Amino acid sequence: MLLLALDTATPAVTVALYETDGDRLLAASDQTDARRHGELLLPSVDRVLREAGRPLQEVDRIVVGTGPGPYTGLRVGLTTAQTFGAALGIPVLGLCTLDGIAYASGLESPFVVATDARRKEVYWARFADARTRVGDPAVDRPGELPPDVTAMPAVGAGARLYEEVFTGLRTDLPLDQSAAPLACLAAEKLAKGEEFPPPRPLYLRRPDARVPANYKVVTPR
Amino acid sequence: MADEPLVLGIETSCDETGVGIVRGHTLLADAIASSVDEHARFGGVVPEVASRAHLEAMVPTIERALREARVSATDLDAVAVTAGPGLAGALLVGVSAAKAYAYALGKPLYGVNHLASHICVDQLEHGALPEPTMALLVSGGHSSLLLAPDITSDVRPLGSTIDDAAGEAFDKVARVLDLGFPGGPVIDRYAREGDPGAIAFPRGLTGPRDAPYDFSFSGLKTAVARWIEAKRNAGEEVPVRDVSASFQEAVTDVLTRKAVRACKDEGVDHLMIGGGVAANSRLRAMAEERCTAAGIRLRVPRPKLCTDNGAMVAALGAEMVARRRPVSHWDLPADSSLPVTEPHLPGKPHEGSDGHGHSHDGGHSHDHVHELSRENLYS
Ligand SMILES: [Zn+2]
Repeated sequence: MLLLALDTATPAVTVALYETDGDRLLAASDQTDARRHGELLLPSVDRVLREAGRPLQEVDRIVVGTGPGPYTGLRVGLTTAQTFGAALGIPVLGLCTLDGIAYASGLESPFVVATDARRKEVYWARFADARTRVGDPAVDRPGELPPDVTAMPAVGAGARLYEEVFTGLRTDLPLDQSAAPLACLAAEKLAKGEEFPPPRPLYLRRPDARVPANYKVVTPR
Repeated sequence: MADEPLVLGIETSCDETGVGIVRGHTLLADAIASSVDEHARFGGVVPEVASRAHLEAMVPTIERALREARVSATDLDAVAVTAGPGLAGALLVGVSAAKAYAYALGKPLYGVNHLASHICVDQLEHGALPEPTMALLVSGGHSSLLLAPDITSDVRPLGSTIDDAAGEAFDKVARVLDLGFPGGPVIDRYAREGDPGAIAFPRGLTGPRDAPYDFSFSGLKTAVARWIEAKRNAGEEVPVRDVSASFQEAVTDVLTRKAVRACKDEGVDHLMIGGGVAANSRLRAMAEERCTAAGIRLRVPRPKLCTDNGAMVAALGAEMVARRRPVSHWDLPADSSLPVTEPHLPGKPHEGSDGHGHSHDGGHSHDHVHELSRENLYS
């Protein structure tokens, strides 16, 4: 089964093509540019597919990181994945972005994953091991997290950003989200017949309910 | 005609998720999902609320349009999308969807200008646009007089608002009158029962030395607010119907006067009016009167095609295909401040400029990085 995995919930724009028969990563692309998710994603998909010599039409499943993540970038990946799914008539599988980072760590004992949520906050979740999240992801100020969490081994760019809080930061492990381990995790779950969350965004925050002072809608009714 | 281009258009520049399908000048589907009700209590469009709604509505709206048009996605000749101007985060949902859809189906992609689309939509109503077309675009974000010798490649701004857009003035006056949001339809309704001559509100920028085609509605908005405040301070009841009618009269008087003058000055015998405010009944009536008197033929699409919709984007996309304009590339940006002088955003000319193929070598730059870098699209 051919899996196309993508994630734009963090500053990374990451795409991977994975063949579950033989568990082979066929091609991958990892770029980091928080301002240009929208411009970088489709060319990355195109590059990955060409490198592997497999057209999009041969893909059986789309795997997409559902965040949590800052909104605008997160939506690029989810819109792209959902639209691919609709156009090709294939299933779109969601995966929590923090689960991908956790899986990539390969850790066998409890740890915390944290990504940058901006506004002096982190998105975070605890894990019992690389495959097992404990509870739902949350968004909080690092200084307000329970001490037993901040003392755990910590993975991810959010932990790196608040290194003084996350005292167990593991600098030897990957910091950023990458679609290759995300695809690998999806393949594992598929093989075990596990359920996937829907491909819908984990915002974890209410929208800023304010109209910009100089708001300019393009058309009113 | 079956050999006219079959194009799907996606519009997400503000609070409407629109997907339209056209064949040449023929409208086949116009599916819309609106988040307007979610914005009403804030008195304006909240960008993040709009963007979230676009993501939820995107795929269902595409599928609804295809069912409505009774065409198969594989038969499409191209996918068009509003690349700008508009709300950055909202545009990005439509642009991402259009790219994914076009890529998955192996169709050419056209990132087009929202304002040029508002003009081009009239082809679905009244057939081919005359060349040049004189267009008055009036909405919540824009009030412009545009001269378009070729809607796919040459759109020239003659004048525009120097402060508030006409639709914005409607929203603000409605807010002062406690009539809710959006203000256009409700003011139109009250105005029908009011006296347009009851209060002499100012006509901005209509002096002999003022820019002939520019607009200003900020002074009018302030004058209306002051007039209402004075009434309230005097303990008198505010005559909502007369205020609405007199305010609306001032707006439409200036808009139509300047549009007719532009037609005469440029020797153009047609006037197209588009944008959300073109749905205003008094604007339509006054424009009809003044155009008839001046020997100008008026073209105003039905109200549903004046407000934001996907059909207008498809209409411009179809024209791009018909005129073999160069396609956009997979790195097409959403450009919140795309100038009206760029009817579409083609990829670099030497790459895939034959109107059919796409360039597949990624990594090339484009001209709009400077526009995007002003705000961080990540948050
Ligand atoms: Zn508009």
